[in-house]
Amino acid sequence: MWQWFHRLASPRWFYQASGKFLPWISMLGLFFISLGLVWGLGFAPQDAKQGNSFRIIYIHVPSSFLALVGYYIMAAAGAIAIIWKIKLADMVMKAAAPIGAAFTFVALLTGAIWGKPTWGTYWIWDARITSMLILFFLYLGVIILQSSYEHKGLSSKAAALLALVGTVNIPIIYKSVDWWYTLHQPATIRFTEAPSMHPDMFQPLLVMIVGFYFLYAIALVASIRVEILHRERRTKWVQDLVFTNKNNDP
Amino acid sequence: MHPLRRYRLTMVIFIVVMTSIAVGLMSFALRKNINLFYTPSSVVLGEAPINVNIRVGGMVVEGSLIRAEDSLLSIFKVTDGVSEVKVQHEGILPDMFAEGGGAVATGKLDENFIFIASTVLAKHDENYMPPEVTFAMDEARLHTKKLNSEAGSLNNN
Repeated sequence: MWQWFHRLASPRWFYQASGKFLPWISMLGLFFISLGLVWGLGFAPQDAKQGNSFRIIYIHVPSSFLALVGYYIMAAAGAIAIIWKIKLADMVMKAAAPIGAAFTFVALLTGAIWGKPTWGTYWIWDARITSMLILFFLYLGVIILQSSYEHKGLSSKAAALLALVGTVNIPIIYKSVDWWYTLHQPATIRFTEAPSMHPDMFQPLLVMIVGFYFLYAIALVASIRVEILHRERRTKWVQDLVFTNKNNDP
Repeated sequence: MHPLRRYRLTMVIFIVVMTSIAVGLMSFALRKNINLFYTPSSVVLGEAPINVNIRVGGMVVEGSLIRAEDSLLSIFKVTDGVSEVKVQHEGILPDMFAEGGGAVATGKLDENFIFIASTVLAKHDENYMPPEVTFAMDEARLHTKKLNSEAGSLNNN
């Protein structure tokens, strides 16, 4: 079991294996996202109160989900990098930070666009929105810390520590609408109950969430591969790959 | 497990647990400041300060909205199911503002416990439904109401 674990953690092995499954997850992601977009934007019924403006939910909710899940992925990779000093974990953390920041930004932006016609304001400092903004700053902090020291090990250790400390924010974001009075409504999708959304509107949303998980995986794997090539650029296998086997795809 | 790794693992868990406790205590202590608005009950109990900029939020009471005919002045009541607060607002209400829906008003509470709002925001609930379904549900509600009132009048006779 440990042998398998170490092989998985070898950048070279990961590069070769991910090259095989990346096209497949890309196709699946493209399939789910195009299905969800056409279904959600074109065929799902309007909302009784909000009309068509509710349709931004098909981007807003999936990207918020991935912003939170992505943070845990980044922090877990950071913890593994600190404890076991696995090179690949450090690369995962480095790749996950900008992707998570992008998803958080999309969630904040779509929320603001939706907020104006629904609430009457783009922005309000309620617990949900403020904690989400803090998440965005945490991501930015991790990105900046990664290149803040000359010594690479020191930078990634600092970034991993910030990522770990920031995990406390995730349950706060998730539960903020239940713990405090906020302008943001409570969750529509819950783990314990049926969603408070009509099935005709909920099914495309579910497809979009699955699609966004794939999108996240594609972005993460692709940027880990770039990071591997960059960090291992002096090793023989990368040099072979780049200079001699140019035409043989991995 | 290697002792050094075990030590690092303990440190990581320690950091995460300690920050969680610290942030948890902090947000518990500041919970009143984190709340976006006062509920009508807390206003009636006198917890909300008078003549200070605050927010009050709740459901707009059905049938309470009065709009002036010659100005943008509107008066309505918000409730949390226990108490009600009268809100007076001069300006445009958001499109989603409706009786029976949520609203959050920013402004000042005057001496007569009337909330003079400078802005009113609509609060959306977590329910999403196509118009036909809402229509059918309203119909069903009216129908049961009618049945109930008929049953009531039968009982009275």
